[in-house]
Amino acid sequence: MGFRNIIGRRLGLGLVRRRKPFSTATCDGDGNGNAKSINLYSAINQALHIALETDNRAFVFGEDVSFGGVFRCTTGLADRFGKARVFNTPLCEQGIVGFGIGLAAMGNRAIAEIQFADYIYPAFDQIVNEAAKFRYRSGNQFNCGGLTIRAPYGAVGHGGHYHSQSPEAFFCHVPGIKVVIPRSPRQAKGLLLSCIRDPNPVVFFEPKWLYRLAVEEVPEHDYMLPLSEAEVIRQGSDITLVGWGAQLSVMEQACNEAEKDGISCELIDLKTLLPWDKETVEASVRKTGRVLISHEAPVTGGFGAEISASIVERCFLRLEAPVARVCGLDTPFPLVFEPFYMPTKNKILDAIKATVNY
Amino acid sequence: MNSASCAAKISTQPFSLNPTSPASHDRPLVSPKPTSLFLGSTRKLRLSSSSKLNLHRRSGTVVAVSDVVKQKKSKSTHSLLITKEEGLELYEDMILGRAFEDMCAQMYYRGKMFGFVHLYNGQEAVSTGFIKLLKQQDSVVSTYRDHVHALSKGVPARAVMSELFGKTTGCCRGQGGSMHMFSREHNLLGGFAFIGEGIPVATGAAFTSKYKREVLKEADCDHVTLAFFGDGTCNNGQFFECLNMAALWKLPIVFVVENNLWAIGMSHLRATSDPQIYKKGPAFGMPGIHVDGMDVLKVREVAKEAIGRARRGEGPTLVECETYRFRGHSLADPDELRDPAEKAHYAARDPITALKKYLIENSLASEADLKAIDKKIDEVVEDAVEFADESPVPSQSQLLENVFADPKGFGIGPDGRYRCEDPKFTEGTAHV
Repeated sequence: MGFRNIIGRRLGLGLVRRRKPFSTATCDGDGNGNAKSINLYSAINQALHIALETDNRAFVFGEDVSFGGVFRCTTGLADRFGKARVFNTPLCEQGIVGFGIGLAAMGNRAIAEIQFADYIYPAFDQIVNEAAKFRYRSGNQFNCGGLTIRAPYGAVGHGGHYHSQSPEAFFCHVPGIKVVIPRSPRQAKGLLLSCIRDPNPVVFFEPKWLYRLAVEEVPEHDYMLPLSEAEVIRQGSDITLVGWGAQLSVMEQACNEAEKDGISCELIDLKTLLPWDKETVEASVRKTGRVLISHEAPVTGGFGAEISASIVERCFLRLEAPVARVCGLDTPFPLVFEPFYMPTKNKILDAIKATVNY
Repeated sequence: MNSASCAAKISTQPFSLNPTSPASHDRPLVSPKPTSLFLGSTRKLRLSSSSKLNLHRRSGTVVAVSDVVKQKKSKSTHSLLITKEEGLELYEDMILGRAFEDMCAQMYYRGKMFGFVHLYNGQEAVSTGFIKLLKQQDSVVSTYRDHVHALSKGVPARAVMSELFGKTTGCCRGQGGSMHMFSREHNLLGGFAFIGEGIPVATGAAFTSKYKREVLKEADCDHVTLAFFGDGTCNNGQFFECLNMAALWKLPIVFVVENNLWAIGMSHLRATSDPQIYKKGPAFGMPGIHVDGMDVLKVREVAKEAIGRARRGEGPTLVECETYRFRGHSLADPDELRDPAEKAHYAARDPITALKKYLIENSLASEADLKAIDKKIDEVVEDAVEFADESPVPSQSQLLENVFADPKGFGIGPDGRYRCEDPKFTEGTAHV
């Protein structure tokens, strides 16, 4: 089985998949047999088909999911599994998630779709106060582990304030739920199936920029990827870069440019943000001595801060330079200024050089 | 449908809502019954789709616009609903809305504007019918489908077009774009991308007006707030919370539901347990009225009464306007889900065509007058596009402005320069 380059049509995604040194997955998607080249929304669609096939108490619901959803992720589900299992809800996020918690508490697998992550805030109360604490406060009599909330997040080029946000940091502050973000179609399918089958409530953010742009060979069979395991997707020795989701492709480009200047970058995809794989990142930092974190969300209070603090705690004496964070600016996500707001390849490259030459 | 006499009928009904009185359904005044002639259309849409679900369908016959106009014509000429000036004003406003939205579509496909743009074609009667009755100090709160609300409220077409292009001369300096039109001068409180988020804002604005009048004793402050939102929003918690607050505190607000039957791809009839939205008003203690939103004159009559109620301090009203959007949800929506027969039915009820016919048949205006208005509006819209094209793009320093009240606390660094002008800014961290 060969390694494949993932070729994105516009961004020039150059993610090179190398063998994962730390993975303990039983079935890690290297799958023999059929693998087709598909994009992110198709991979997610496949995962949902499989999830509903393998569990007849799984439901998919949300706004406009019946005709396929605004991003086509739920195409064909209603036709195949019927309107009793795949149905539209009215426009009430709080109701959608709360209703999902109820379904999950009664032993079903509820896969709720929030149309854009920007709309998740009315449901924030239900997620934080109910979903995260259900098992805890009922003394394990009830749990809503069957709940998976899927939401497209992140910049899309023209989204403006309310179609581009990255709210992962808010959820990473809540013990009791898991937060997972895939970087590519093959990852998305495996991770989503793991999330759906995980006995804990999970918030699954899908990078909307990659829905059509990211194309990859994805095995057609049922496979799961392990949660809470980060993946080193590029080996290096001078600096460790940590990221997730769509931002990884930007970081990969910066790594390639840095390579031309003789800087060898190690790139890690966190995959699961909560609970995150500290060991993998720590091991990498022990090797390189430098770390840079990048995400689209505003820098202050973003998840990069948690990673930074943990790494400093664990690797203080090994660090050769301060932990760098290249993130979105501390403003609401802008409309016209989006290219200026985003953590672009150049900003990351500058930071890599500054950190290496510290 | 003798609307003139119906208008008289409603105004004599005492609309005094006593908040301490018992269950609202005991009060006959509160909900004008659906059979009342005043309500304009009692027509409901008959669906031709054969869905196997147990749909709560509205049944009834479908009446084309020409019948409506004929009915109006049967009244004697001295009880016309509008004067010539008013008629031309309404016509001009609706044509402006339509021409502007069509130009937006053109500009979008040419790449001059970007982002998510939601057009208002077909719903002009609601905007014109309501907003043209307002004063400058009255407030309007809208949704993401807000271009025409902004234009009706008086925001210049140039400012709106520039905002869509993202230029500094836009009404929000290019920060907001299509879904966030604000104007302090015209009291347009936005433009909300998120459904339902504007309704509590409108409720607060209405409270201010009542407070000014009753507590601060500014006796002539009778400002009214209009909140526009769609059918999908009527299933959202914020809507119900605000109906309750507004009725409880008798706020001078009118909740205007633009029921165009579709929330992107979800039919209102399949998403709502009781699709007759106007019935939700009396449940909270305010009148609920259903009106034909494709007929600007009917909307205007209902609006007069509802706004009048609010001005007199009698409290809120819920008005459901049955209307339709001719285009897809947004310019990115291929609009494949709606039944062509349904679209054709409403296209035949185009509000602009209806008003034109009314004006001509009642000799309020001639074809030449109306054509002159068409031409004038075309020029206004073209001028707006040129202006927007030539306007400057905002400078990068604008990105950090207005996050907080004090730009120095964020936008300007210790060396006195804007932080983004600092060459090290490309490293990508902006410190608060």
